[in-house]
Amino acid sequence: MLQTLDRPLVEVSNVRQIYAKGNGADVVVLDEVNLTLRQAEIVGLLGRSGSGKSTLLRSIAGLITPTAGTVTFPSNPDLDGQASVAMVFQSFALFPWLTVQENVELGLEAQGVGRADRRRRALAAIDLIGLDGFENAYPKELSGGMRQRVGLARALVVNPSVLLMDEPFSALDVLTAETLRTDLLDLWCEGRMPIKSILMVTHNIEEAVLMCDRILVFSSNPGRVIAEIKVELPQPRNRQDPQFRALVEDIYARMTARAGQSPLGEGLFPGTGIGMVLPQVSTNLLAGMLEEIASSKFKGQADLPELGDELMMEIDELFPVAETLQLMRLAELEGGDIRLTPAGRRYVAADVDARKQLFAQHLLTYVPLARRIRQVLEERRGREAPAGRFRAELEDYMTPEKAAQTLKAVTDWGRYAEAFAYHEATDLFSLEDPS
Amino acid sequence: MVFLAPERRGAFIARFARPFAKPNIADLLMLVLIGTSAVLVVHGVQQMNQPLAALHQHPVVLELGRLPGYALLTTLRMFAAILCSLIFTFVVGSLAAKSRKAALVVIPALDILQSVPVLGFLTFTVAFFLGLFPGNELGAECASVFAVFTAQAWNMAFSFYQSLRTIPSDLDEASRQFSLSPWRRFLRLEVPFAMPGLIWNTMMSMSGGWFFVVASEAITVGDNTVTLPGLGSWLALAIERKDLGAVVWAVGAMALVIALYDQLIFRPIVAWADKFRFEQTASQERARSWVYDLSRRTRLARTLFAPIAWLGRALLAFEPPRIKSRAITLPARAERWIDRAWLGAVLVAVILVAIKAAVVLSHTLALPAVGEAVTLGLLTLARVLILIVIASVIWVPIGVWIGLRPVWAERVQPFAQFLAAFPANVLFPIAVMVIVALRLNPDVWLSPLMVFGTQWYILFNVIAGASALPTDLKEAASMFGVRRWQWWRTVALPGIFPYYVTGAITASGGSWNASIVAELVSWGQTHLEARGLGAFIAKATAAGDLPRVGLGVAVMSLFVIILNRALWRPLYGFAERRLRLD
Repeated sequence: MLQTLDRPLVEVSNVRQIYAKGNGADVVVLDEVNLTLRQAEIVGLLGRSGSGKSTLLRSIAGLITPTAGTVTFPSNPDLDGQASVAMVFQSFALFPWLTVQENVELGLEAQGVGRADRRRRALAAIDLIGLDGFENAYPKELSGGMRQRVGLARALVVNPSVLLMDEPFSALDVLTAETLRTDLLDLWCEGRMPIKSILMVTHNIEEAVLMCDRILVFSSNPGRVIAEIKVELPQPRNRQDPQFRALVEDIYARMTARAGQSPLGEGLFPGTGIGMVLPQVSTNLLAGMLEEIASSKFKGQADLPELGDELMMEIDELFPVAETLQLMRLAELEGGDIRLTPAGRRYVAADVDARKQLFAQHLLTYVPLARRIRQVLEERRGREAPAGRFRAELEDYMTPEKAAQTLKAVTDWGRYAEAFAYHEATDLFSLEDPS
Repeated sequence: MVFLAPERRGAFIARFARPFAKPNIADLLMLVLIGTSAVLVVHGVQQMNQPLAALHQHPVVLELGRLPGYALLTTLRMFAAILCSLIFTFVVGSLAAKSRKAALVVIPALDILQSVPVLGFLTFTVAFFLGLFPGNELGAECASVFAVFTAQAWNMAFSFYQSLRTIPSDLDEASRQFSLSPWRRFLRLEVPFAMPGLIWNTMMSMSGGWFFVVASEAITVGDNTVTLPGLGSWLALAIERKDLGAVVWAVGAMALVIALYDQLIFRPIVAWADKFRFEQTASQERARSWVYDLSRRTRLARTLFAPIAWLGRALLAFEPPRIKSRAITLPARAERWIDRAWLGAVLVAVILVAIKAAVVLSHTLALPAVGEAVTLGLLTLARVLILIVIASVIWVPIGVWIGLRPVWAERVQPFAQFLAAFPANVLFPIAVMVIVALRLNPDVWLSPLMVFGTQWYILFNVIAGASALPTDLKEAASMFGVRRWQWWRTVALPGIFPYYVTGAITASGGSWNASIVAELVSWGQTHLEARGLGAFIAKATAAGDLPRVGLGVAVMSLFVIILNRALWRPLYGFAERRLRLD
């Protein structure tokens, strides 16, 4: 029994994915990733956005050809051949002009399955996934949860041995997502789906611990597997179980740990100095999180999973805010906790003007790009500088999209701090008249 | 989509009531409707395929009994043209979207062709098609259909191309993941996704097309006069004979044809195409059409549409053999060099053709002619600009007023769209009579004819824009007591600006085209002329002076392109960047 289960379905070896930028500085999205998917397991790829986990999933789905390395489907006697895959999309990817049934039949139609057969199999899949009664509905008539069920039925109907899921529940509200997870796990545990194994991408740590037998944690920029965690809790799992909590806590700590011995604050965002890629985080969010950590509930030090629960934020939203606070020395991350620095405490206690002054001081000290913009403006006689020159400078280090995002983030922070002004119509940075 | 009639109750009931009802009045109506159409189409096609001699023997006669037949022929020409445009759209649009090298040539070409005054080309195309089918009416028919085609195809192809370029990546991935063949992808993903934009553009093209079909049925090129039986020829004859009654009948027939085509063809299609809209949320306003509702309510209709449904299924069942081709991936640098080489080759070819054309023209044309054309072009440019400004001053306030009152907007909007589709050239003789009777200066008073048919685009776009003003903005403005000029400056004008620009671009383009027929008009033996490039082209056409026609068209194209680049495109960019409300 064990031996047959050990037979690999998918082998990913040394996969690298590189996007050429044209100016020589390539962006490494995936770096030397290895993965073996075996029978009867649910494997989670966990990481924040930009860690290349979706890219890996698409390489396995055959939608992308990796720059280097191979994705192979070894011949498997249990399957009479190689494993086949089908994918479920984050955005559902339903064709709005096709009914539920036509959407489900799409893959069969492409395979040239006859009409009667197609219909029979589609109805069976619709039935299995709990969509009966909706066969003739158009996707726009359905709620998000029902749409994702269509996505699932569409993937299952082609009889894949591996189900690939790209953040399948992240576009749904909390309750709906939970219902769908439970339903899927029930079908999986009862063996009612034809699939042999599931590979899912997620940025939700609890979801990964709840569903997966194995979790691969990815680092960002470049995407690498930094940890492989086996979850041996029996299904159905209980989120309140101390072992469950401990596992979640452990993953939070690993994902916020600083790589290597880089100086405090740097190293969490890709790139260094002016070339650091910064997330677009509004100053309201920064202030809000500082206040929450300072609140009577946390008293200046918060456990990240708890903070995430409290603020209803998933790691994709939570981490950028926490890390921006860390970059500006308003808070510190350690071992899955976030703690206010003395400056952070002062910020929370201060009034609006004092907050701005403190923020400006930290912005200009700890964010190299903000410092640079300010410097250039002070040197210029007209106290003005085109934003384009900074954008061009950033593009030496990162993609144009990332450069635009970084500059926008710093512009927003600089405006709040009144460190410099920006005029959209002329695309100019300037020092506001001091008077 | 701004052209959809607002939802009214009742459609909902019609949709769900009695799906399996017995044959009823509705069935009968559908039968009559479809049966009549079939008979008329067959009859019309039979008439078209006559030798040219028959044409000369039976020229158009101003008998009232003949008018419906003429109207039918004109309509059939329109549909032939739209069919050609659709085929062109699918082929060229797909080609441009899938091949970067094709796109390098096709996209600028479409852009230019959109701005060229197609009426000016009639001379060349008539000569070409008459030569293609010597002695047969089919040549003249082709020339007429082609004239309409050249007015319609470009924006449709452009719209299809842009839809293909913006196919959502998740749907693209889903189709690739299920390995849809190119053919299935075209039917299941590409055409449905492009459908709303394509239908909107087809409607705009049809609106513009009536103008050209009327203008192209009676053409005089030098000594050759081609008269195709149709509303346009009827009108030309009525003008020649100074028969006011016949002119009025033509106006009535045209109005009826446009109203019928809108109700019987386009509204049902728009209502049906509602399901192709990409929004994932159910829309509040469903486009409705009584013909469509009728067709869904009746069993007979389903039987009658069975062939179409069968055709759809057959298309889907058809699976062209897959060509096993491995994409050759070249290094990025090599790709860039190949692109450059291709672009270079195209440029060289264009330059060679231009030199050749210049040589030919220089033999027959003197430099003064060029100067004359440019001067006249400036005159026409001044007319177009002044008229657009006047039309805007009149229609923007009225459009805003109407747009803010939903009840009015619902009533006026279809009417404005109807007026935009109505070929203004049908009304020209009446205007000429007025000018002659009152002894007005043609240089001034012929000008309004240029915007006569195109000003409605401004009106209905402004109405659409004002209707789309968000309620919260209006409420905020009224709460803070924003009124009069401040209200116009901060609420109304910025809110409608993107819509207004769209309307003004269409109106301006249409006016250039209209100048070719509006600057030189006649009533019997009375000829009125306004000095301008349009009259220059019209006179050269009548004289069969091909080089002068070519020069006129080239200069006019140049003016249109410069106006687009220097004025409309920046305005459009500004509207897109700064004034979008979503």
